[in-house]
Amino acid sequence: MSLVQVDNLSVRYGAKTVLSHVSLRIERGEIVTIVGPNGSGKTSLLRAIIGAVKPANGHILCAKSLKIGYVPQKLHIDETLPITTSRFLKLPGGFTPADKAQALVWAGVPDLAKAQLSQLSGGQFQRVLLARALIRKPHLLLLDEATQGLDQRGSASFYQQIERVRHETGCAVLMISHELHVVMSASDRVICLNGHICCEGTPAVVASAPEYTALFGTGTGGALALYQHEHDHGHDHGDQIHDQPKAAE
Amino acid sequence: MLDDFMVRASLAGIGVAFAAAPLGCFVVWRRMAYFGDATAHAAILGVALSLAFSMSIFVGTMTVALLMALTVSVLSGRGYAMDTLLGVLAHSALAFGLVAVSFISGVRIDLMAYLFGDILAVSRGDLFVIWSGAAVVVTLIGFRWSALLTATLNEDLAYASGINPKREQLVLTLALAITVAVAIKVVGVLLIAALLIIPAAAARPLSRTPEGMAIAAGTIGMLSTIVGLRAAFVLDTPAGPSIVCISALTFLATSVLRGFRPQR
Repeated sequence: MSLVQVDNLSVRYGAKTVLSHVSLRIERGEIVTIVGPNGSGKTSLLRAIIGAVKPANGHILCAKSLKIGYVPQKLHIDETLPITTSRFLKLPGGFTPADKAQALVWAGVPDLAKAQLSQLSGGQFQRVLLARALIRKPHLLLLDEATQGLDQRGSASFYQQIERVRHETGCAVLMISHELHVVMSASDRVICLNGHICCEGTPAVVASAPEYTALFGTGTGGALALYQHEHDHGHDHGDQIHDQPKAAE
Repeated sequence: MLDDFMVRASLAGIGVAFAAAPLGCFVVWRRMAYFGDATAHAAILGVALSLAFSMSIFVGTMTVALLMALTVSVLSGRGYAMDTLLGVLAHSALAFGLVAVSFISGVRIDLMAYLFGDILAVSRGDLFVIWSGAAVVVTLIGFRWSALLTATLNEDLAYASGINPKREQLVLTLALAITVAVAIKVVGVLLIAALLIIPAAAARPLSRTPEGMAIAAGTIGMLSTIVGLRAAFVLDTPAGPSIVCISALTFLATSVLRGFRPQR
């Protein structure tokens, strides 16, 4: 069965409906990207899946003993709370030192175990959040605009890391992103959300769908094509890939 | 040994410091300082009710403190800023408590003992209550430590790990009510928040991990109790406030220490 099956989900905050009649499935090992304008209910959808908001209607079915790794949009570590990367990764517990080391490698920050979280740069911090999500060896990785505050180069390399992780661990990925041209090439499926599901399909299908164009304009089409070209050549280009979006601008 | 009032006072203070250390850390991390204050102020209403219905002070204060904390939890996020809400509830509970106490005739009440504590008058029975309460608080927080910490860092992270942050908040609220109830005898309602916050804040510059900070806070709290009591004895000063003064001086010392050390 699917990892997650969302049926006819509606979410309300007070009188305000943020999601209505959303149905979707996440299958094992696929990368699904949710795109949509601000306030389109993207974060609410993820929060409903982790159980942080109760559906007003509909329901969410998760596979038995589904393990979710969640990377939140923003995480503020209070200055008064001393905590090392190492300790943070082990919350809420039950992991061996080997798990920890492996998670840091997957996230691309093997050297940060002893650092204080408050001393990390934005990019390092996002990767530590990713490591914490990966340490549970999740079946499903949820990323909520995980590259906020990173420059284009940083976020491109972050998403490359995600693809590598998917390749190595076989986990499914459901992510939200604003950087359409960066993430769409890495996705198997794209869901365009605006309170409801406007359109969905492969990146190429969605990018040419009239609903998508109505929301985002046609500007991203060219960049997407460029990216897909790169993408066809595999994942071992290293820095070359980072440089492409700049050329497209 | 327990016949000596100074020994009983020290043990009472150490018991409270023991419970206040891990709880105080969470109060600091979650920015609940004013919340702790409000809960403590409400306890004076509990004192009045206990006397009126002649039940144990511990039960009365704990009940009112718990009700107060739950009220704040329920009302928060409903149109008032948290500090306004706490300000209204804390001071009205204190005022109603003081008024209620004045209605109780027949019993001569030493109000000062409840406002500022009377650690030198701690009995064996009080000691038992304090240490039982402290043991419950430390056990409760110890068992929930990782879950509490995860929920403190980020509620959504907690949900994703299968932890309900609302339940963890309730654990802290309960621990806070128990701590307030046992600490009244030691420092009184006006200074309870000081015992929670100051040792934890003083421990911050010395710590690299949450656990380290809780242990450092406990050590600072216990040392402050011992040194503060000794100072009160020698200088003939009020005992509860003297303990708080010593932890405040420790806070000053560790803050200065941090200033001289490279950031880590």
